[in-house]
Amino acid sequence: MSNLWIRNETLVALVIFAFCTLAAISDPGFLSIATLTDLLRSGIVLGIFAVAALIVLISGGIDVSFTAIAAFTMYVTAMVLNAAMPWMPWWAAILMGMAVGVCLGAINGFLIAVMGLPTLIVTLGTLSVFRGFMLTFIGQKQITTLPPGMREFGRMMILRGENADGSFYSLHAAFLATVLAIVVTWFILHRTMLGRQIFAIGGSVESARRIGINVAGVQFFVYVYVGALAGLAGIIHSSMARVANPFDLVGLELSVIAAVVLGGARLAGGYGTLTGTVLGVALIVMVRNSLIVLGIPSTWQSVAIGVLILIGTGLPAWQAKRAAARAA
Amino acid sequence: MTQSPMTRVFASTEGRLAVIAVAVFVLMAAMAPDRFLSLQNFTSMAFQFPEFAILALAMTVTMLTGGIDLSVVGIANLSAILAATILTQATGGGAGIVLIAYVVAIFVGMAAGLFNGVLVATLGLPPILATLGSGLIFTGVAIALTGGSAVMGFPGATAWIGNATLIGVPVPLILFAALALAISLMLTRTGFGVKLRMYGANPLAARFAAINIDAMLVKVYVLSGVLAAIAGMVVMSRANSAKADYGSSYLLLAVLIAVLGGVNPYGGYGKIIGVVLAVLTMQFLSSGLNMIGVSNFARELIWGSLLIFVMIVNTWQTTARRT
Repeated sequence: MSNLWIRNETLVALVIFAFCTLAAISDPGFLSIATLTDLLRSGIVLGIFAVAALIVLISGGIDVSFTAIAAFTMYVTAMVLNAAMPWMPWWAAILMGMAVGVCLGAINGFLIAVMGLPTLIVTLGTLSVFRGFMLTFIGQKQITTLPPGMREFGRMMILRGENADGSFYSLHAAFLATVLAIVVTWFILHRTMLGRQIFAIGGSVESARRIGINVAGVQFFVYVYVGALAGLAGIIHSSMARVANPFDLVGLELSVIAAVVLGGARLAGGYGTLTGTVLGVALIVMVRNSLIVLGIPSTWQSVAIGVLILIGTGLPAWQAKRAAARAA
Repeated sequence: MTQSPMTRVFASTEGRLAVIAVAVFVLMAAMAPDRFLSLQNFTSMAFQFPEFAILALAMTVTMLTGGIDLSVVGIANLSAILAATILTQATGGGAGIVLIAYVVAIFVGMAAGLFNGVLVATLGLPPILATLGSGLIFTGVAIALTGGSAVMGFPGATAWIGNATLIGVPVPLILFAALALAISLMLTRTGFGVKLRMYGANPLAARFAAINIDAMLVKVYVLSGVLAAIAGMVVMSRANSAKADYGSSYLLLAVLIAVLGGVNPYGGYGKIIGVVLAVLTMQFLSSGLNMIGVSNFARELIWGSLLIFVMIVNTWQTTARRT
């Protein structure tokens, strides 16, 4: 099993372990439930985004518009619910958000699957279009009073407690949504025909077409599914922040893709694991939140993430290149 | 088969783009004739676009090889900050110190480009990830060096490259025109340019043609880094300061311009004239919309729609020709 050692998952897990060990040595308070819940909390939205980015990467595409979909969704949902249907319960708000996300994802899906345009260009375009449309025609002001359903959801916790020093810790119920997104995606990818077809398209579109896979249909599904996940993430983000800020979220897309690639997914498509994705997100969240514990000032944060991306993608790329050179 | 001149214009990406550029120009001129067609507007447009147009040139050369350079803005800011640090040490207002600062900036751009080139060529990282990672590092170093605040207080000569005019023509425009011409000649008239485009069109064929791919790729990313550093100098001069997060919206804009200009993001096809036309289209749109009081966000919406529209037309044209 020498293969296990060169896998990205192992590498990332080792880096996480080293990070925790060093952090625990420099600050014994690091290993506490409070730190854990803090990190889990920060990972909720990032985790859902990462699952969405993973499924696109597996299908051989790339999507940079999901953050704009999420921002659009949370803003529009909060506005519509406030104006017309404040009585809607929290789960209906989530469903409505996902429906808005599905519609926006369908636009991506149409342009990519039906029109056959390159995924990076389409989503780069729709990123500007969704964001520009929202800020021009819908609004630029923060919505500080969320509809009651979203406010109620924002207060839901699955875990509460008090630390030894009297401060409180809690874990938001939205964490379950992230877990659910991971489980559902795992099921689609590994237990359905659709999942095998997504892998097949990512491996080779032409081969997939020749064995009779409906490539356009599968691609359309992928972008619609990403839209639904992005919508979910948007509602969760604004419920937890207790505000719908249209300027939030956009700008995260490349970090999310970086986390997924760090976890071993290939940009060329056809390969990627949920375990790797979760580990990649965990590492990025730790670097973003806890670098200071290691005594590294937070101004170096982006340098650290950059170095991680280069090492995480560089080692496997270099090994592949050496293997290819040996074979030639 | 005889074709009407109009059909021939529409058959090439650049021809269609020229039509779009003219159409946008006419539309904007019609909507705000007295202000859009004023000399003042033309001068202000000529000062505005060179900085992101030079970044688009950097993006273009990397895209021609099927790569991309997401670190251009990071390189521009890092070289501007290092140059700015030298300039603030200057006691006199001499042009000599400014020249030294520019040389340092160009070297920073070269070093950063070399770093990218080694990652892509020698280590074999996918360009999008290599330059995403290195871009974070360059920006991160720039933040760490300055603590995130702006560096200011330059000698007067710094203002020349971004704000002066030579015989009535803005210096940044001359700089952009010279760079665009030089790169266009390099791509079409030199062996390096041919190799570069050949590799972009078919990497395997280029390898069998005994092209030293690694060396070629390293040179491409060094060139991109140098162009980014030059753009950084223009930004620094126009803003009269340097900061780690200047021009962050220029990254997507540069990608957008290159693709709008007909450069194939998977490599192999692209002409500088297309990129120049795309830059002009964007600037006409930007200034015109600004005059009729449209917000920045609506501009973002229109840019995105234009990009998708042009892609649909291009794809539709190629499939129509094939069948």
